[in-house]
Formats: sequence, structure tokens, C-alpha cells
Amino acid sequence: MPEHTTTSGPPPREASKLTRRQRQAAKIIDATSIGWKLILFKIVVLGLLCATAVYAALVLFMNERWFVGSLVVVGGAALTWIYLQRGALPAKYLAPGLVFLLIFQIFVVLYSGYVAFTNYGTGHNSTKDHAIHAIMLQTQDRVPDSPTYQVSVLEESGELLASEELYFAVVTADGEALIGADEEPLEPAEGAVVEDGRVTSVDGYNVLPFAELLNRQQEVTDLVVPISEDPNDGYLRTQDGQRAYQYTSRYVYDEAADTMTNTETGEVYRDTGEGAFVSEAGEQLMPGWQINVGFDNFIRAVTEDSIRGPLIYVTLWTFAFAFLSVATTFILGLFLAMVFNDQRMKSRKYYRLVMILPYAFPGFLSALVWAGMMNQEFGFINNVLFGGASIPWLTDPWLAKLSILIVNLWLGFPYMFLVCTGALQAIPEELSEAAQVDGAKAFQAFRSIKLPLLLTAIAPLLISSFAFNFNNFNLVYMLTGGGPRDVSAGVNVGSTDILISMVYKVAFVGSQADYGLASAFSILIFIIVGTISVIAFRKTKSFEELN
Amino acid sequence: MRTTSEGLFRLTAVLGISALALSACGGNGGEEAPELDGEGAENGGPEENGGDNGEQLEASGDLTVWVDADRADVLADAAEEFEADTGISVNLVQQDFGEIRDQFVSQVPTGEGPDIAVGAHDWLGVLVTNGVVAPVELGDAVDDFEDVAIEAWSYDGQVYGVPYSIENIALLRNADLVDEAPETFDEMIELGEDSGADYPFVVGLHAQAADPYHLYPFQMSYGAPVFGQNEDGSYDPEDLQLGNEGGLEFADWLAEQGSAGVLNTNIDGDLAQETFNDGAAAFQLTGPWNVPSAQEAGINVEVDFIPPAGDLEAQPFAGVQGFFLSSQSENTLAATTFLVDYVGSPEVQTALYEVGGRAPALTEAFDAALADDEIVAGFGEVGAEAVPMPSIPEMGAVWDFWGATQAAIINGDGDPAQLWEQMVEDIEGAIE
Repeated sequence: MPEHTTTSGPPPREASKLTRRQRQAAKIIDATSIGWKLILFKIVVLGLLCATAVYAALVLFMNERWFVGSLVVVGGAALTWIYLQRGALPAKYLAPGLVFLLIFQIFVVLYSGYVAFTNYGTGHNSTKDHAIHAIMLQTQDRVPDSPTYQVSVLEESGELLASEELYFAVVTADGEALIGADEEPLEPAEGAVVEDGRVTSVDGYNVLPFAELLNRQQEVTDLVVPISEDPNDGYLRTQDGQRAYQYTSRYVYDEAADTMTNTETGEVYRDTGEGAFVSEAGEQLMPGWQINVGFDNFIRAVTEDSIRGPLIYVTLWTFAFAFLSVATTFILGLFLAMVFNDQRMKSRKYYRLVMILPYAFPGFLSALVWAGMMNQEFGFINNVLFGGASIPWLTDPWLAKLSILIVNLWLGFPYMFLVCTGALQAIPEELSEAAQVDGAKAFQAFRSIKLPLLLTAIAPLLISSFAFNFNNFNLVYMLTGGGPRDVSAGVNVGSTDILISMVYKVAFVGSQADYGLASAFSILIFIIVGTISVIAFRKTKSFEELN
Repeated sequence: MRTTSEGLFRLTAVLGISALALSACGGNGGEEAPELDGEGAENGGPEENGGDNGEQLEASGDLTVWVDADRADVLADAAEEFEADTGISVNLVQQDFGEIRDQFVSQVPTGEGPDIAVGAHDWLGVLVTNGVVAPVELGDAVDDFEDVAIEAWSYDGQVYGVPYSIENIALLRNADLVDEAPETFDEMIELGEDSGADYPFVVGLHAQAADPYHLYPFQMSYGAPVFGQNEDGSYDPEDLQLGNEGGLEFADWLAEQGSAGVLNTNIDGDLAQETFNDGAAAFQLTGPWNVPSAQEAGINVEVDFIPPAGDLEAQPFAGVQGFFLSSQSENTLAATTFLVDYVGSPEVQTALYEVGGRAPALTEAFDAALADDEIVAGFGEVGAEAVPMPSIPEMGAVWDFWGATQAAIINGDGDPAQLWEQMVEDIEGAIE
């Protein structure tokens, strides 16, 4: 007690050591008292986070998703650890961003990288087990003209010795009651009572009520009762526990040999490693399943007929389109930015506002509106601007290319206008004044002083704009759909198709989808765009060094 | 001193968090169980509909159904009744109709898919090829549905669900301009011209892809279906019928109508509708989706049979909507019961008709709906004679070539017969 009073009270004249300790203590108290709200906040947020993580991990582990489950546990633990320790400030700032980067970027990139090496797509959608299950379900044919049986599902009665096995009891057309089970063909049921064409009781068995059927529905729907000793007669199955039908199977699956055999023709389908059961004649049994196919998709991407023919043409046009789009929008944007940056221009604010409007509309909507305006017969452009001329804006191969560039110019110049305005305003006016004092003409001053400075700032944006236009699927899809196409050419690729829209047409024909091929293509396109960007960025670096 | 207090703090924090976590999980688990029991006790009650027996056993479990917003309310009523009768609760998940097919294909293999989903019959090719749907044995109930609906929902000899509505195009007539239904295409044009309207007849065509769907009835009237049909009504991908003699006649007809200006690829769907709504067109070939706007615009709309251009009947494509069953469902018995006995009942079919405005697939409800509304009757009568749009995956290879060639022929870009033969060759190549 006395000690306590000494520490809390004013220090008499004891050693300076004590005072220092006191100061330290006061600091700690101070620090904690300021931070208690923060700590509470931390606990609540991290608590919620961990609760979610533990719950998610439990669910995942219960579904035997060990890998994803462990990722969740490790991720949750790592976040908790980062925020509960003192310091590690950079990690604290970066962690949320990293989490989102991992989920929304890295995972997606890795996943499409993985898909590019599989045959994932229509017909190869799931596992082999699922495929076998689906084939057996889908090729179960009802025997023609066979009757509908009112079925009762039974179980052996008696507490002891009774098996869990289920039985079907049905009534034939002549009123005879039959009973059978798995691998026990139908035979006359002894002591069966029939009411309204349905068996209501059999000696030694209990008829299961509907609710019990629902509780054991998988057993009921999986039960197959042979009609007779002869397998060709087929078997009884029920889907709803009320009505049973007589079926035969088109295929028999031999688990040991891993083959499907057609019961009618005897044709044998084997798993030859193509992700489906294939017959000797090469006929595939659908559905197949997902397998790893190595570099097949990449090879197909450059060798398949429907792609190889137009590939060079489309690649050239893609480059031309992306380059011209950037060039035209940049020139117009820069010009307008300079005009509206001039002090002599009145009410610039309002003009600038109007300039940004095209940027504010959703791009796909603008493309649709433009498509309407470019209609050959009823469009605004032909009717009003050209006084009723019949210019085939979207149906002539070269005019369609021009149209797409015009629309992209309209869509893209506000962006360039904005960034150029910003960059221009950052360049000190004195520089051009000094140049003019030195005797340079206005244009000369602009060319040799302002433009290089501007380009240093804008070049990265031009590169990203190039990359964006290289994959500008929306505009092409909405404005021309890639067309017009030459119907006599025999390929489904039009004269305004760029690489990405061609990939879409090749990989997603009608309702069929080939995700493997599409992923392989997107990786190839990424490599092209990536290479160009790297080269271009190197160039701009040298720009900067010049300055 | 400092380190220990910090360590203590950390420990408390960790403990606190794990306690939170545990209580969160515990709470969830604890709540769920009694809830289910409660439901069972409430609903397994005296009404034993399906069971035909006096025992009162409780069934538990639930069905998941994917349904679009329009259908959700109707299904909610059916679901409530189903739950009251069987004790199985139906969990309705609303999805955007256009998303359902692809979501279903990707979700069913993961085990996250529904037991039942709403959809259109032309998805079947993709769904069956992916192995995500299971056949539904309708048994004798097959005969209770319109033939075209069952034909549409059949694939490779199996019926894959319970259809609920039939959708197709028909001829809309502005009854203030023309007061009789035309017998043939030429008669229609004549009637249209005599009426004094700017356009005798409009149909929305795309500048580069024409519209094979809307032009199909005329092609059928020349006896040129896309694929030949098997005995059971399913389409045979080996038997491409497009290139038969009738197909070539149809190509000539397209060129003729194109040069006469009756078919015009510059008039797209929006323009066609606008023209008709303004009273500037006597006839429009379109679906029920454009009728409300025409009636709002004050047009006196009558629905007629599509007049044939050739010698045969002008049958359009029918699209049939319905509900299908997942091949990975663990509740097949409950799901089948719900589909066949509830969704397939006249009450539900009629209720679905009332929200959707399309002729029901169940004959009993179909007849009632046709008696109830003239517009529905007009479309329904055409629909009953329609052919289902092919759902086989090979159809995907047909559309693009088909449309582009039609547009080229209408615009007079070459010899019609030659273009048509080229198209058939290309499609054959693409199918292989």
C-alpha cells in the first residue's frame, strides 16, 4: 500500500530512475486509453472475419473441399495476425488490396490459364462419374406400349431379421399382385390385398407411407426391379413413388472394363482418353467429362480451318483498328483540349461539360443508337445529313470499318480531351512564352516544348487505350456484330471482326461453348497485348530520361 | 512487464474471437434443427394427399427451384400447397431467365444447382449434352399436353420436363385497314396495298442477319424445313433439308420479294413495330410480345394465320417454356411429384398463363385460355400447328450462315440459288 501511494503521488526526491519509469507508465496508459476504441473496433471486425472464415472452412471441409478450406483458414489466420501485431504498417495497408487482387485478378487469371489446358466446354462439363450417371439416366427407354403400374413400396415387417431392403408391389392388367426387389424378379405376392388397382398390404411386409418414401427417396428412385429372369424384358423403376414404368437400358456400363455397351447393336464404347466414351468407328457418346488436354487448345487455336483462314486478315485489322482508334481520339482530344485551354475562349466551362457527354453515356447504348443512325434507308445520317442518299454505312466492308472508327472516335475523344486538358494545365505557360521570346513561332513552340512534355505524361494512357481498343468487344458486337460478311467465303467471320470477337464466334457457336479454346485464345491475345505494352512502356521510359 | 501485458491482451483477443466464431457456428447449427422439426410437425398433419394411408409420418427436406421473377408468385402458391401436402418445403430462388441455362450447366456438377429450374425447350440440346438434366416420365399424362409442347420437350426419345407455355409468331392485322384475313402471301400484299397503308406488310429483319426465325413460316410453305424429323417428331441432324428443291424455290422467292421491296433488311424489329403502331402498315409478322404496345397505340389488332407463300402450310417455329429436372438432384421423388402433379395441374398452368400471357401447354388449360382471350386464341391456334424450334446442338451451326445468306439474297447480292447452295454446303461443313 505505501508503495502504491508513492508511485501515484508526486515524486518526493527519489532517484530520477523512478520518474522515468513513471513517465513510461503514463505513456502506456495514454496510448491504451486513446486506442481502446480502435482495439474494440479491431476485435469486432476481426471477430466477424474469423467467425465467417471458420464457418466457411467448416462448410468446405464438410463438402470435402480440403484445398479451398485450408486456404480460407490460412487466409483468415494471416489477416488476424497482421492486424493484431504492433507495427507492420505496410502489411496493414496492403492486406485488403492483396486479398481482392488475389480473388478477382490472380485467381481468375490462373483459372483461365488452367481451363486453357482442359477440354472444358459443352459436353465436357463435369466428372466421369457424373457423365456415366447422366448417360444411364438419359438412355433409359420406356418399353413401347407398356402399361403404367400403380406401385407400392414395401419393406419386410418384423423387428428382427428384417432387412432394410425395399420391394415394389404392382398389380398386372389381370389383377394379379406381384412383388419384387433388386435382382429379385417380380413374382406373385402371397396374401396381397388390392384396392383400386394398388397393393395396400402384403403378408410379411409393410407398405411404406408417402412421407417415408420422401425420407428415403434416393433408395426408392434408385431401385431397379427386373420384370422377369430375362433381362431383355426390362425392369421397373419409379420416379415419383406412385407410378412405375417398364424400362430397358440402351447402354450397359461395365465397371471392370470401363466400357459402355449398346444393348441393341452390341457396339462397345471405350474410354480412350478423349474425355468421352468412343466407339470403334469414332462415334462419341455424350455427355463426356472434363480432362486435361495439354496444349491441344493452343494448337487448335492456330490450326483449325475456321480460324486459320481469316486469322491474318483479322489480326491486321485488329492492329489497324486499335492503332487508328487511339490516334484519332488522341488527335481530336488534344485539339479540343488546346482550343478550350485558350484564354481567349469564352464560356469554356460549358463547352467542356458538353464535350464530356459522350463519355457519360454507356458505350453499348451509344453503339446501338449509332447503328440506328447509320441505317441505310431510314437512318438519320443518310436521311438528314446526306439528303436521302443511300450510303451503306454498315453493310459495305470498307465503309463499315470507317463507321466503326467514327463511332469509336465519338466514344473515345472525351477521355483523351480530359487527360490532355489536365496535362496541358500542368505545363507552365512560361515555357512557351520563353520560347516565343526566343523567336519560336506558336506552332514550333507547341511542337518542340509542349508536345514532348505532354507525351511524357500521356504516353502510358495511350498504351492502355491501345490495349483497351485491342479488345473492344462491346463496340464491334453492338455496332456491326463483326459484319458485313462475305457469304460466299464460307467462314463465319466478318470484315469488322477483331480478334476477340472472332474468338467469341469460334468458341461459342450458337449455344455450344468451348471454354478451353476461348481461354487458350485469350492467353494468346494477352501475350500479344502484353508484349506490345512492354515495348511501348520501354519507349516511354526513354522519353522520360530525355527530359 | 510490457510484453506480458501485450501477450495477455493478444491471448484474450484470440480467445474472444474464437468464442465469437464458435458461438456464431453454434447458433446457426442450433437454430436450424428445431426449425425443420417445427415445419415437419406443422405440415405432416392430417392432410395426407399423396400417401393414400392414414399414418401420420413426417417427411422433411426441401426442394430448390430456380424460377424467374414473373413465374415466382405462381410457383410460390403451388409450393405452399405442396408443402402442406407433403411436408417438403420448396425453396424458390429467383434468377434472371436469360442466365438460368448457363448457370444451371455450371452449377449442377458442383452440387450447388437446383432440383428444378424454369427454361425453354431449345436449351435441351446443351443441357442434355452436358448431362445436367434427367428425363421426367410423364406416363399417361403425356396425352394431356398439346402435341407441339411434348414434341418440343422431347430429346432423343425422352421427355425432359413439364412444359407450361407455347410461344410463336403469327400475323397481326390492322383491322381498321383490312377487314379480312388473307389466304395467301400475295393476297395479303394485295389487301395491304388496297388499304392505302404506306407498307402493306412489315417484318423486322436485321441488316446482315435477316431473320430466319421470322421468315421460317414462308420457307416451310415451300416444304423446306431445316432438318428432317424422326418418327417421334425429333429432328435428325444427319438429314439437312434446307437444300431441297423447296429451299431453292424459297431462295428465289426471297430475291423476288427483296427486289419488290416487300422484304427490306433496313426495316429492323423496332422500325417494323413503330410502322405498325403508327398505322402505316396493314400487316406485321411478329410475336405476342409486340401486341400490348400496338393496342396501347390504339391499333385494332387481329391475329391471323400466317399466309403461305408456297403451296404448303406456313408453320412457324414454336418455343415452349417449361420446368426441367436436374440429373444430380437428390430429391428426385419429391421433385417429380412437384413437377407432374403440381406444375402439370390445370390450376398452375392457368395461373402461369395469366401472368405470362402465352398459351398454356396443358390441353385443358390451353382450351380455357383460348376461349378466354382473342389474341391468345389467335396465337394459340397458330402455335398448335407450329413446329418446335430444333433443340439439337447442330442447330447452333445453322443460324449464322442461314441469316447472312438470307440477307444477301434479299439485298440482291448474287444469284439466289447459288448463294443458297453455298450456304447449305457451309452448314454441312460446320455440322461436321
